[in-house]
Amino acid sequence: MSRAPAGSAVAASAPSRPAVVVTDLTRAYGPRVVIDGLNLVIERGEFVALLGESGCGKTTLLRALAGLDPVDHGRIDAPGEAAVVFQEHRLLPWDSLWRNVALGLPDQGARERAAAALSQVGLGHRLDDWPRNLSGGQAQRVALARALVQEPELLLLDEPFAALDALTRIRMHGLVKELVARHRPGVLLVTHDVDEAISLADRVLVMRAGIIAAEHRLDGSGDRAALRLRLLAELGVHAESEPA
Amino acid sequence: MTTLDPLASLSLPGAGVPPRRVLPKAVSPSPSRHTAGSGLGPYRLFVVSWLAPVALVVVWEVLARAGWISPQVLPAPSKVLTTAWKLTLNGSLLLDLGTSLLRAAVGFAIGGGIGFALGTLVGFSRLAEAAIDRSVQMIRAIPFLALLPLVIVWFGVGESQKIFLVALGVAFPIYINTVLGIRQVDPKLVELGRVRNLGPIQLIRRIILPGALPSILTGVRYALATAWLALVVAETIGAQSGLGFLAMDAREFLRTDVIVLAIVLYALIGIAADSIARHLERSLLAWHPNYGDRR
Ligand SMILES: Nc1ncnc2c1ncn2[C@@H]1O[C@H](COP(=O)(O)OP(=O)(O)O)[C@@H](O)[C@H]1O
Ligand SMILES: [Mg+2]
Repeated sequence: MSRAPAGSAVAASAPSRPAVVVTDLTRAYGPRVVIDGLNLVIERGEFVALLGESGCGKTTLLRALAGLDPVDHGRIDAPGEAAVVFQEHRLLPWDSLWRNVALGLPDQGARERAAAALSQVGLGHRLDDWPRNLSGGQAQRVALARALVQEPELLLLDEPFAALDALTRIRMHGLVKELVARHRPGVLLVTHDVDEAISLADRVLVMRAGIIAAEHRLDGSGDRAALRLRLLAELGVHAESEPA
Repeated sequence: MTTLDPLASLSLPGAGVPPRRVLPKAVSPSPSRHTAGSGLGPYRLFVVSWLAPVALVVVWEVLARAGWISPQVLPAPSKVLTTAWKLTLNGSLLLDLGTSLLRAAVGFAIGGGIGFALGTLVGFSRLAEAAIDRSVQMIRAIPFLALLPLVIVWFGVGESQKIFLVALGVAFPIYINTVLGIRQVDPKLVELGRVRNLGPIQLIRRIILPGALPSILTGVRYALATAWLALVVAETIGAQSGLGFLAMDAREFLRTDVIVLAIVLYALIGIAADSIARHLERSLLAWHPNYGDRR
């Protein structure tokens, strides 16, 4: 009955298969091609950040990975379960926090699993509260708990912190890092914040013209300030060379 | 104190075009709690609000006893009360009341069930909307009480005529508000349901019906008012029992005390129905910012 904490047992044994493999993906809205032959692999336990100008197709890619939109051409292989956190929390206002987190879980043991997930995001004491009593940051933490309670192999985050104030955002970064380290899903974080991408990700992608136009690995050794400037340049921003 | 407005809702025209309920996102207009400027606390304002009605009854009583108002025009309130007591003791009042309530309940269940079923169908399916909605809207354009002569030709003046009329009055507000409620469910939440792999039943139970519930309950409230109105009309036209029969029967003997009693009972039951509906809203919509905290 008890689920092994994902990561420990699972990642150690099975020869780890990727969380998702995208091959030659194409997606168009009418005549407008938004994704144009895109390739991408995300390993389990890998944290990937996706940067790109507004409107370049990041959300479109994420929705395709989540199975929300049809694939026009190409393949997406995501063998395990995928969980999504949207920019808006999308909590059901008529359900208590634990019922929100448990949405879609089998009834047996649902409350216990939801309670465990909520306490991981620091809200274990508010299982029966209504979503309307939460601040923006708290609501987003519940959304995170709801995603992680599924033990997903692929965690898709679409600018989940964009609407939060700066301090709350920094706290959320810490929390997400910790939770991802514990559950070890493959993560795709869509963001427009270069610093967020650098501080969270193992790998940063830049999307442009419907494909992954640039890719940077963060192995801890590189010069982060220099990477920041390069990323900004790749996004079309030519900043002065002092870091913020 | 709550602001009950049974008269406002009872005098609803036709099948009742429901007002658009304020959506969760919108700021709710706060109920009139403006005590500012009056210089009186809420308790005193409450007392003041009862002064006029009580004074009116007292004046009525005095004038009636003094013989200024003929008992054949209006009996004294105390006379109405003693009549109520007598009729209660001999059991006939309870029987008539029960008969009326039963008719209302059966008509409500039938009309509400049909309205809800059709509304759900049309809310979910564009095909069903194309097939059904225009006809329903066309029938709805008829003030349903105008159908009474035809209904009497069809059913006579028996039970089915009354139940039919109540059901007809109930079905439309429930139908309209069910469709509206389902259509207003946030598509982003429906999408969430898809992300969580909810099956169709779960999607309806966990997301669509709860999302539509505020609107459906608004429909229930309007339907209660129209049900009652339909019943009064149907019973007045022809009945061998029920409150309307009580009143019409009393008319033959100029028993205005019994007539007034029946009218007062109709009003009281209207108020009770409305407050039951409000109570339902408050308990079922505790999560809703417009219902949970206020009132
Ligand atoms: N449902 C849609 N119908 C038509 N065009 C769309 C739709 N969704 C997005 N687009 C267009 O596709 C492009 C990419 O959108 P999106 O993936 O949301 O960008 P991003 O998330 O990178 O800001 C935009 O130009 C947008 O206008
Ligand atoms: Mg986007």
